[in-house]
Amino acid sequence: MNLDSKIPEGPLADKWDNHRFSSKLVNPANKRKYKVIVVGSGLAGGSAAATLGELGYNVDCFCYQDSPRRAHSIAAQGGINAAKNYQNDGDSIHRLFYDTVKGGDFRSREANVYRLAQVSTNIIDQCVAQGVPFAREYGGLLANRSFGGAQVSRTFYARGQTGQQLLLGAYSALSRQISAGQVKMHTRQEMLDIVVVDGHAKGIITRNLATGETKAWTADAVLLCTGGYGNVYYLSTNAIGCNVTATFRAYRRGAGFANPCFTQIHPTCIPVAGDHQSKLTLMSESLRNDGRVWVPKNAEDTGKNPNDIAEADRDYYLERKYPSFGNLAPRDISSRSAKEACDEGRGVGPGGRGVYLDFSDSITRLGESAIRERYGNLFQMYERITGENAYQRPMRIYPAIHYTMGGLWVDYNLMTTIPGCFALGEANFSDHGANRLGASALMQGLSDGYFVIPYTIGDYLAKSGAGAISPDSPEVKEVMESVRERVDQLVSSKGKRSSRSYHKELGQIMWEYAGMARNEKGLNKAIGQIQDLRDDFNKNLLVPGSGDNLNAELERAGRVRDFLDFGELLCRDALERNESCGGHFREEHQTEDGEAVRDDENFAHAAVWEFDGDGKTPDRHQEKLTYDNVKLAVRSYK
Amino acid sequence: MKLFLKVWRQDDRNDEGRFETHTLDNVSEDSSFLEMMDQLNEQLLEEGTEPVVFDHDCREGICGMCSLTINGLPHGTENSTTTCQLHMRKFEDGDTVTIEPFRAKAFPVVKDLVVDRSAFDSITQAGGFITVRTGSAPDGNALPVPKDDSDKAMDAAACIGCGACVASCKNASAMLFTSAKAGHLNMLPQGQAEKDKRVLAMVSAMDEAGFGNCRNYGECSAACPKDISLDYIAKLNRDHAKAKIKSIFA
Amino acid sequence: MFTSSIGKKYLMALSGLVLIGFVFVHMAGNLQILMGQEKINAYAHALQSLPLPILWGSRLFLLAAVIIHAITAYQLVKENRRARPNQNYIETTKRAGLASLRMGLTGSILLAFIVFHLLHFTIRTIYPEYSEMMTVVGSPDSNEIHDVYSMVLAGFQHTWISVFYIVAMFLLCGHLAHGVSSAFQSLGFRSENWRGKLELTAKAYAWLIFTGFSIVPLLVLAQNWGIITIFDITASTETLASN
Repeated sequence: MNLDSKIPEGPLADKWDNHRFSSKLVNPANKRKYKVIVVGSGLAGGSAAATLGELGYNVDCFCYQDSPRRAHSIAAQGGINAAKNYQNDGDSIHRLFYDTVKGGDFRSREANVYRLAQVSTNIIDQCVAQGVPFAREYGGLLANRSFGGAQVSRTFYARGQTGQQLLLGAYSALSRQISAGQVKMHTRQEMLDIVVVDGHAKGIITRNLATGETKAWTADAVLLCTGGYGNVYYLSTNAIGCNVTATFRAYRRGAGFANPCFTQIHPTCIPVAGDHQSKLTLMSESLRNDGRVWVPKNAEDTGKNPNDIAEADRDYYLERKYPSFGNLAPRDISSRSAKEACDEGRGVGPGGRGVYLDFSDSITRLGESAIRERYGNLFQMYERITGENAYQRPMRIYPAIHYTMGGLWVDYNLMTTIPGCFALGEANFSDHGANRLGASALMQGLSDGYFVIPYTIGDYLAKSGAGAISPDSPEVKEVMESVRERVDQLVSSKGKRSSRSYHKELGQIMWEYAGMARNEKGLNKAIGQIQDLRDDFNKNLLVPGSGDNLNAELERAGRVRDFLDFGELLCRDALERNESCGGHFREEHQTEDGEAVRDDENFAHAAVWEFDGDGKTPDRHQEKLTYDNVKLAVRSYK
Repeated sequence: MKLFLKVWRQDDRNDEGRFETHTLDNVSEDSSFLEMMDQLNEQLLEEGTEPVVFDHDCREGICGMCSLTINGLPHGTENSTTTCQLHMRKFEDGDTVTIEPFRAKAFPVVKDLVVDRSAFDSITQAGGFITVRTGSAPDGNALPVPKDDSDKAMDAAACIGCGACVASCKNASAMLFTSAKAGHLNMLPQGQAEKDKRVLAMVSAMDEAGFGNCRNYGECSAACPKDISLDYIAKLNRDHAKAKIKSIFA
Repeated sequence: MFTSSIGKKYLMALSGLVLIGFVFVHMAGNLQILMGQEKINAYAHALQSLPLPILWGSRLFLLAAVIIHAITAYQLVKENRRARPNQNYIETTKRAGLASLRMGLTGSILLAFIVFHLLHFTIRTIYPEYSEMMTVVGSPDSNEIHDVYSMVLAGFQHTWISVFYIVAMFLLCGHLAHGVSSAFQSLGFRSENWRGKLELTAKAYAWLIFTGFSIVPLLVLAQNWGIITIFDITASTETLASN
């Protein structure tokens, strides 16, 4: 597997500039001869489709929702980082770069991260011009706040709905291109396979979810902007429809899948209430700016009303363990600390799986109206779900799977190991290493879509030349046939168990053995259990109805089938990565006080998995990560 | 708790549709309405019938995908709530719950409770954007925006495009949606250059899609899970009049 | 300007505002009947003696307002029915009041009422003998003028007519209660800041119009039932008899 990252020459700060200059350009008059397929319409896909359409390419954009505006980027609450330094508090491109590399526990690619920090400032400008209603100061200028893990205020936000507003910005740009005829939007279509001809990505096969029609689409390049795979855990903060199928199918056709074990647990979610639960709801991490995390010091106090627990009997464990970062300690650290507290029997709420996030100090200091202004919609959301008023009683929170740093391996151009197939946003692995900083996902999605791919795709297209193959060509038909067979097989599964029950069981295995903390024994066990579950799935799955109309059970069955394979891959990656770093915590590798211990000597690399056929163990390759501009240090948030 | 469900079933757009009744036991108070629907579907699977299809995705009240009419009201009786945020503790043991799709000619039924809301996309495509090429934007702070305007724009931009406004309106009018989308951009200095063009184009796209007319009785705003105010409809009316008059004298 | 959905709402609002203003003037004129035969007759005569262009100009203007209001309403209703062909099994509302939901019904009945009212008192085809009612009371000179006072009293002698008038005015009250505030909204002159006040004013205005209009038939009825004595009924019976 060729893992040439194609990092440009020159000093870090000049690499992107140099690269843009050395990249080949497509003649403006020729752009319309090229067809580009964009799968996904979130921040990465929407911005990419809009920008490529604007440049003159013919774009076909696909999403499984009924409208491109509903992609799950919409649910991001907190904000978007940018090295604007509007606050004059010491921020800079280099600091954002450094924070991101350090936050990612030194498992990301320097050059990519630096570029991300560079273009972060353009993103804000672009979004403001599109009409994104970012929060403002009374003087009319943009407001900022500091966000999980950062010591500068560099986060731009639109109430608690930043993702929504940025997505609506991208969606409006996309809509403009759709009405201009540059982008053709295909909604309620799910990509079920990618077509690779002579080693190059030349198209995709989709299933129309409303009519059941499978169809082939061909193009000169395929962009996968299909988000992460958090739903392999069943319960996560992802939307119900989020799935790994697009990227996993690309993996099966030859794209390397990097670091699948790098998953992020978000510390501030609403705890699980019962067996009926279908998803977990995130409370924006920005809450940690004004809320203090604690659990009772004594396990016997956990059943008490929190307001009756004396100050002296509360353990503000983050402030105690990490005095300089306190409640703003990075996500993995605060998540694990919450788990530790609960494992000690000091957790609160149903099943003892929750910790308090207390706003009473901030309410006393700033007044309830100030808190309402900042987090009103989050408090409202919390009350709706739990029936509790967080102005009067501390919130209960617990970690949940939120984001996945792993994804398709891409080079500096965002191209996967299949030439012509690119991966953007959460679907790729590149920028966040082993752990993502708060408010950086939106930044990366938009950076990839607005400012990176428009340059890098040109280089590929100019070199490969225009020439989309016909959807009727035998290579395409062959893939199409295999997709139809797969769908038919699922539809004809008339066993006993619903796909949801398999998904739930898979999620339990994953959360138990590959969740916040992992170990060799557990991971091996998980792999075995997943294999058994998959065998059972193949025998006993029940899919009602037919494949020629809207059939939600069929859709889920297909996605769960891929999750079953993918879950095993994730566990395998976690097993092989015999170190702790970022979101990947191996219990065998920790200090005495429970901090993660990296093994830079053996694991300062991205692990890239190559599919080797069904039933065979995939091959693990390495992309060595070199750090010329930062010193590999032990993360310390004490 | 135990519930009696009266659920709309419809094979496709041309099917007449009918109600089906089901009894569901052991519904948890803590589950959301959609989780209750999941439970119903698991039960239907066991009984060997085809589950009910309904739209849903984020299940946290922001994607705007869920779209059920519950006891005659889109997203149910609670205020400021989407179906996915509606929890079963709001119902009583033994209740009969009627579940229907959003009803409007511009939202044809795809199947069961799923409707096609692409008419909203066409309204946005007509003018719900600010024309700005990627990369051509000036510095974010080059243009101060009064906080008040920005806040009001945000109030409008909070629209999730679920279509409850249309479903709640006896005339299936899309004025609240259109006015929120146009209002968000028209309120901001960035949106001024295309304001008139935007308003005229979006209103005519709205009319073409087959929505009804606004009756000013405010059901839309009452049903809106994001509490979008009727002010935006007044503003759209105002902006439309200005744009029309200007176009006459242009 | 008026072809779009919003344009039609402008038409409804503008014609509505004309009629909203008209009903007040009409009501104020009517109430002069309580000040005696001379006052009302003189007022009516003065109105009818206006120069022809002004008299017919205003009549046609008002007629146009009614016609535009009615035809546009018809078009809107037709479009609205088309936009929502299927009803919910249960139709529920959260905010909309009965007045706002029943504009079409009240409007249709009011249209019928207007036609009847014109035939009754203006064109007088229902009771052609009203045209014969002439008197010098209220006349600016010694020439006989139309005895509006007697005609109105005669007109309300029929209980069913008085009841119909009162019911119609109640419906008008309902129509205005939503219509006044709605007209402001359609023209873009309403905001949530003062919507409450506007709606309160609209309701007060609607009740004022109701009271002002229905007080006359109500009092006539009351007098017929022997509860009060305000009007000089003899005047009208005499005029009728003398013809």
